[in-house]
Amino acid sequence: MPVVMPQSDDAVLARRAEIVAALARIVPGEGVIASEQAMRPYESDGLTAYRQLPMVVVLPETTEQVAAILAYCHREGVKVVPRGAGTSLSGGALPLGDGVLLGMAKFNRIRAIDFANRVAVVEPGVTNLAVSQAVEHAGFYYAPDPSSQIACTIGGNVAENSGGVHCLKYGMTTNNVLGCELVLMNGEIVRLGGSHLDAAGYDLLGVVTGSEGLLGVVTEVTVRILKKPECARAALVGFATSEDGGECVARIIGAGIIPGGMEMMDRPAIHAAEEFAHAGYPLDVEALLIVELDGSRAEVDHLLDRVQEIARECRAVTCRVSNSEEERLAFWAGRKAAFPAVGRISPDYYCMDGTIPRAKLPLVLRRIQELSAKYALRVANVFHAGDGNLHPLILYDANKPGELERAEEFGADILRLCVEVGGVLTGEHGVGVEKRDLMPAMFSEADLNQQQRLKCAFDEQGLLNPGKVFPTLHRCAELGRMHVHAGRVAFPDLPRF
Amino acid sequence: MSDEILKPRDQAEVEDAVRWALAGGTALEVIGRGSKRAIGRAAQWNATLDLAGLAGVTLCEPAELVLSAKTGTPLAEIETLVAANGQELAFEPMDYGPLLGIAAAAGTIGGALAANLSGPRRIKAGAARDHFLGVSAVSGRGETFKSGGRVVKNVTGYDLCKLLAGSWGTLAVMTEVTIKTLPRAECEETVFALNLDDATAVKAMAAATGSFADVSAAAHVPAAVAARIPQIAAAGGAVTAFRLEGVAPSIAHRKGVLEKLLAPFGALDSLREAPSRDLWRAIRDVTPFAAGGPAGERYVWRLATAPSRGADVGRSLAERAHAEVLYDWAGGLIWAALPPTGDAGASLVRSIVAAVVGHATLIRAPAAVRAAVEVFQPEAAALAALTRRVRESFDPRGVLNAGRMWAGV
Repeated sequence: MPVVMPQSDDAVLARRAEIVAALARIVPGEGVIASEQAMRPYESDGLTAYRQLPMVVVLPETTEQVAAILAYCHREGVKVVPRGAGTSLSGGALPLGDGVLLGMAKFNRIRAIDFANRVAVVEPGVTNLAVSQAVEHAGFYYAPDPSSQIACTIGGNVAENSGGVHCLKYGMTTNNVLGCELVLMNGEIVRLGGSHLDAAGYDLLGVVTGSEGLLGVVTEVTVRILKKPECARAALVGFATSEDGGECVARIIGAGIIPGGMEMMDRPAIHAAEEFAHAGYPLDVEALLIVELDGSRAEVDHLLDRVQEIARECRAVTCRVSNSEEERLAFWAGRKAAFPAVGRISPDYYCMDGTIPRAKLPLVLRRIQELSAKYALRVANVFHAGDGNLHPLILYDANKPGELERAEEFGADILRLCVEVGGVLTGEHGVGVEKRDLMPAMFSEADLNQQQRLKCAFDEQGLLNPGKVFPTLHRCAELGRMHVHAGRVAFPDLPRF
Repeated sequence: MSDEILKPRDQAEVEDAVRWALAGGTALEVIGRGSKRAIGRAAQWNATLDLAGLAGVTLCEPAELVLSAKTGTPLAEIETLVAANGQELAFEPMDYGPLLGIAAAAGTIGGALAANLSGPRRIKAGAARDHFLGVSAVSGRGETFKSGGRVVKNVTGYDLCKLLAGSWGTLAVMTEVTIKTLPRAECEETVFALNLDDATAVKAMAAATGSFADVSAAAHVPAAVAARIPQIAAAGGAVTAFRLEGVAPSIAHRKGVLEKLLAPFGALDSLREAPSRDLWRAIRDVTPFAAGGPAGERYVWRLATAPSRGADVGRSLAERAHAEVLYDWAGGLIWAALPPTGDAGASLVRSIVAAVVGHATLIRAPAAVRAAVEVFQPEAAALAALTRRVRESFDPRGVLNAGRMWAGV
């Protein structure tokens, strides 16, 4: 199912040399990349099925340069695609052939660490893991931990509202950022929030977070840092059926326990992970659950006893608890290697990302098996069980004609299924180009129009990252039109007093 | 206050009401049960859109940690229902009733979200915005739209819930919302240090919030204000309080951590369970400044800043504006009661906030004062223009609560 991107603007392409020269005046030196060979690394992000060379790449180093670039592009009607580390799995940073690719990699400094206020002020190109590393010596960390955390940047995390395995207890990016400096498409610079809590006016930071680079370009982020829990221990629990596993998850939460992490894998994922990482996983189970508890030693020990009790009541066939840090990490080794492990048993895999109400897991897994048979493609499931975020990995071989297309159709069916059972299209990877055309499965035209009207408030010409998130682009003037019918407003039924 | 009151019974009637307002150029005041009506700029509206008729919990699934309700549902009803399932709204929504001099627990879930309420647990669990999963609303164009869903982990489309939280009804009329519910802690205990000055208290609170004690609240109540809270009045001086919540063995352990950490700060005392809960409710609802109380005639400001600047801000407010203050959020939230003056001390308060990063909102003052001074924090030009465009993207004709936050917004 090819994704149609906005039509290239020939008038802009004809002015390429002039645009490159103008950008070079704003960012002197090596900051502008215009040769095809040098632009090649930017042609796709983590969703490698889609590739497109940008018109030009620019790598600014200061907020003023970002503002000048955006102001120039705004004035000249040139599209802009912002990019962090390019780890997006939904094509959020896919370039446009007639657009400027704005790479934020040079914004890589940590500007301030403020333990008294438990915040760090970082530039958007700083990697997620680097924030935790910078505060580690004092026993602090930054909570959101997407699996790409070695490479992905904070700017990208803000754009995608990234999650990780600890979301249930510690929240996503949106719950862990306090402020940012944002450059609007017209070149204006605004500050949202800061090292205090809650916005003064509208929570614009809240809506910029997760906006997939469509509302503005973040040039500084204030994140909340937390004291690392004193202790963490995990239980590794195997079940004969996914129903038993699902029941165990529900009963742990029902008992008032919010684990730091709660992950489930199905049989194909368990086998792939074990073969790859030799984590000591049981191979004769249908579902494997990792439950990690963190906090004070007394609390963790106490709750781990309860978790084991619940697991037994839910007919667990195996249950081990970690008695050392090495053992805890070993439990995670398989899960953390699940994606590359699946990569080893199949030439290609397609990673999906839907969220469902937890109780629907057995039903959804059953339906995925049926779809697997229908499309004749294998699938392995890993699941952030605590928050209902499901990652089915569809195995395919891109060299076999038609398999990629089949995998994409299979994936789309899975996401429609997630919506059908009360869930959503994407839990943490974003809509991007990948799920753009599925948006109507979840939103009505009125829903999408209101979202696009908000976009118009930030970028009335639709120059910032167009072609992402929204299946149909409307002009702001068209969206803003009002239809007020003065003659048809009697509303006799409306109670008035 | 206005002439006509519209009481829709369902979403379709809300659409009708907004379209009626659009057709006639009628400015609507949008209310739940009106419990926070006295907050915000005093503006002129021609009619009231009263959402009390949109009531009822529509989904309650404790195992999924979610609840949906129509926005006119009383918050108290939801809190009772959730408590019966051993859960709570972890954002600990404050009740403005005591401050504003109206009945306690009069608000709705819609109002709690529109005002982005929170409480002492804000430092650990977040505000209403952080627990707001999904919404159905009618825009100022008279069109119904929805955003979010009923699951916690969701990045599908813009997060309009965040934007609507704290928008004071100026963007859209929320009709149904889905929020996160969380298990209620089994036990709670409060440890407090005595007679610390404000600056020392802020240091003690920073130490505690950055420790393994994992406190769920940290507040400092200066002596004169502490005397008005029954649970700590007997201490006879300033009280710096730290709340521990969780399972019993965990609290015992963390209490040890906290006591060790606070030992250099002097004498300690503690409160458990009901008295502890009462203390935090008093701090949450700012009862020392309650209408009808000793500070009842004063005007009340709510200031947010970086916790480490809290004591500086508090001292400036006390010395320059003769304010009584109460610190929550480890010093990051300051409630200030100022002697009643014509501008409610606005220019002084604004200049004190300008010296630090943060914001100030005038919460309690007569309508005439709230019409004369900025109630919400004024924004820099580019941000103010963006705010206006955002508002217009939802409500281009300004029919919903227009002017409640700023002139025209």
